[in-house]
Amino acid sequence: MKRRLSRDREDRPSSCKGPADSCKRVRQPAEDSGDVLPDWARLPQEMLLHIFQYLPLLDRAFASQVCRGWNEAFHMPELWRCFEFELNQPASSYLKATHPDLIKQIIKRHSNHLQYVSFKVDSSTESAEAACDILSQLVNCSLKTLGLISTARPSFMELPKSHFISALTVVFVNSKSLSSLKIDDTPVDDPSLKVLVANNSDTLKLLKMSSCPHVSPAGILCVADQCHGLRELALNYHLLSDELLLALSSEKHVHLEHLRIDVVSENPGQQFHTIKKSSWDAMVRHSPKFNLVMYFFLYEDEFGPFFRDEIPVTHLYFGRSVSKEVLGRVGMNCPRLVELVVCANGLRPLDEELIRIAERCQHLSAIGLGECEVSCSAFVEFVKMCGRRLSQLSIMEEVLIPDHKYSLDEIHWEVSKHLGRVWFPDMMPTW
Amino acid sequence: MVVNSVHWFRKGLRLHDNPALQEALNGADTVRCVYILDPWFAGSANVGINRWRFLLESLEDLDTSLRKLNSRLFVVRGQPADVFPRLFKEWNVTRLTFEYDSEPYGKERDAAIIKMAQEYGVETLVRNTHTLYSPDRIIEMNNHSPPLTFKRFQAIVNRLELPRKPLPTITQEQMARCRTRILDNHDERYGVPSLEELGFKTFKGDSSHVWKGGETEALERLNKHLDRKAWVANFERPRINAQSLFASPTGLSPYLRFGCLSCRVFYYNLRDLYMKLRRHSSPPLSLFGQLLWREFFYTAATNNPNFDRMEGNPICVQIPWDHNPEALAKWAEGRTGFPWIDAIMTQLRQEGWIHHLARHAVACFLTRGDLWISWESGMKVFEELLLDADWSVNAGSWMWLSCSAFFQQFFHCYCPVGFGRRTDPSGDYIRRYIPKLKDYPNRYIYEPWNAPESVQKEANCIVGVDYPKPMINHAESSRLNIERMKQVYQQLSHYRGLSELKEVLLHKSW
Repeated sequence: MKRRLSRDREDRPSSCKGPADSCKRVRQPAEDSGDVLPDWARLPQEMLLHIFQYLPLLDRAFASQVCRGWNEAFHMPELWRCFEFELNQPASSYLKATHPDLIKQIIKRHSNHLQYVSFKVDSSTESAEAACDILSQLVNCSLKTLGLISTARPSFMELPKSHFISALTVVFVNSKSLSSLKIDDTPVDDPSLKVLVANNSDTLKLLKMSSCPHVSPAGILCVADQCHGLRELALNYHLLSDELLLALSSEKHVHLEHLRIDVVSENPGQQFHTIKKSSWDAMVRHSPKFNLVMYFFLYEDEFGPFFRDEIPVTHLYFGRSVSKEVLGRVGMNCPRLVELVVCANGLRPLDEELIRIAERCQHLSAIGLGECEVSCSAFVEFVKMCGRRLSQLSIMEEVLIPDHKYSLDEIHWEVSKHLGRVWFPDMMPTW
Repeated sequence: MVVNSVHWFRKGLRLHDNPALQEALNGADTVRCVYILDPWFAGSANVGINRWRFLLESLEDLDTSLRKLNSRLFVVRGQPADVFPRLFKEWNVTRLTFEYDSEPYGKERDAAIIKMAQEYGVETLVRNTHTLYSPDRIIEMNNHSPPLTFKRFQAIVNRLELPRKPLPTITQEQMARCRTRILDNHDERYGVPSLEELGFKTFKGDSSHVWKGGETEALERLNKHLDRKAWVANFERPRINAQSLFASPTGLSPYLRFGCLSCRVFYYNLRDLYMKLRRHSSPPLSLFGQLLWREFFYTAATNNPNFDRMEGNPICVQIPWDHNPEALAKWAEGRTGFPWIDAIMTQLRQEGWIHHLARHAVACFLTRGDLWISWESGMKVFEELLLDADWSVNAGSWMWLSCSAFFQQFFHCYCPVGFGRRTDPSGDYIRRYIPKLKDYPNRYIYEPWNAPESVQKEANCIVGVDYPKPMINHAESSRLNIERMKQVYQQLSHYRGLSELKEVLLHKSW
């Protein structure tokens, strides 16, 4: 039985007294007669609440059928602060959906208790529509968290845009205290962002909106200008501008903690704009500890504008083949680099590039290499230079080329030695 | 007391290193070697023509070898539970022998047969020779649970003594002491069926198939395999090159799967060759890579009847795969529009074998890389088409490649264009299996949709007309899918980072 932990539990109001006190209350009557028999029907509500919080929804629902007292406990507001609506169609998903009757009940009895809500939809348009349907009915909610999550293909994108927007703006307008919003892969647009800002600018802390093609740089700039509490932001590169970075580093703005940027090629040979070094510098000055996470899904020849100047990236992921030259530039220009993942490079060894990264990226603690080649000697050198700060070293076995100094069998001892723990490359079945 | 033995072939289709068969012969008055086959079942089973052909050839080979020993193979039509009572009575059987099958379904079937045999007063002798070690032993040594990382598995194997040495093949003398009564109508009643009898249509001149079944072929290949290794004098794992993609005349995996070649014979031959060439130094475990992967999956599967599915499988991560029969069909039939993927699936369908890196490429494409379709669907296609896909290894490999189990890092995604191009820059593999594309220049053969119209016209193959357009946008799909995998894994580890956005791309090795 899997325990379903509620989201954001640290933000939930704690609403139960010490169980020990309640226990005494339940036991007292029985003690007189010499027996110590708990009366389950008379468990105090606080204790029931505490117990129910550990139960997955289905078990809780069974428990609620036991007696009136337990049924009342089942409907206590505290148990309905968090909910994840799972909307799947049997034709498009293997997973079960939240029962429609339960959904009706929630909207009827608990919509004003809901604070942390997410929708998980499969790849069918019906599921996305169902999610919008529910959203439109959440008129009495003051949500703190809203997440729209597609678990397979992005079905929200297949809805008529106006339909989606009107459902979403119901929440924006009524919540007025949205703190965390995840709307990746949706048809959200500039006007709806304005509505978001108009109603939630004081409270918005997290906004995740990668791959929202209807938003423009101006739209996101509006958010940055007004929502000074914004700490975490995820978006696509085409929305990034010097103005945006400056807005996020303005005096009124809190320290940014996390900025994620997806750089995705729509068509081969796409040209990307550049961001000035001064804008990045302003960001670092304003938020010295912020994480800059960049995901690149580009063709090799589209990297022209990138890594020409110093850039404060901390987590770097190359989802497609990236050239030796670009990795060389990464070594030169990414002093804050903490994590590097390279899916593929090609068949020329990355020895020099890795050594340079070890030298110049003094904070590097995690690296993953997929389809690349590195000579065993250079790899050992790299590990030696990084030493124990490498907490994650995920190298596919095929990456390492044996040379005159080390064979594959010897290398893991050398590397383990320098890392201070047992290490092996990642393996794939050779059957 | 008269001893009438029956040896039941299932896998282990060989006369060499066959202790169970030796037990059948030991002190027996008569011996009959049977293989039980249900032709009606052949039509509905998920088994393609190449697999059937390989099996039938292996049975023919056994029959030929047994003939030289004055015996024959008895191919009995039906299901074991129905066939055995009949045979026990008809032949007055007193002893039944077979090779141990560690797979959960096999164990269940065999338990029932053993019980039934007892009721008929038939002694049953079972010997473990399909794997190097006993899976139960490995499980015991790992605190009573199967190792779920390959490194852990290797560590345990390292502590074990060497596998039992293989037995020599059955001799004339051994057989001479027992008789096999062959009736005149043996071929009619107990002969090896043809593909037609099983319901397959074959064509004249269809004998160009690449993998010939049988023990004889297996042993010849083993010799060639060892000769090649000795000649190369290099025991390192060979880097993949364009040539490796094509079926090798020294490839052994289908023969190991059907048991035409004993895994111990392979093991010891490799070991002896290594020690001869390297002056008696002990070989590293990596020399037996292929064999140990097979052992690993057998061990992981033996006590898990749900090993081949996601739901109800305790070691499998529950991933919200998409249900998309149309996309699945395109993948299975080699119509994805990505020549690298299509060529691999075409080779698989035509010949029944593909290189392990080719398997990684198509498995990644179907599941976590591009189509986001369940690994179970891919597993079923491989089960039908792949000669060396047995239950444990096939299911295990698919779970591994889709990052559904065994603690795999999921960041690494094989590009359906780049990976192929890097493996075979010449494009010859594509040209061989997708002849329509043969006139494409190397520059465009892996991504014909990017070729200018003039190039397409000159190559006489217009994308969208003569060859399909790419069924997805790889950059977009891989971006989406990496997010999906992260969502799944973040929930698994109940990740508590600085914030909900904290990237968990490289999860800690557990």
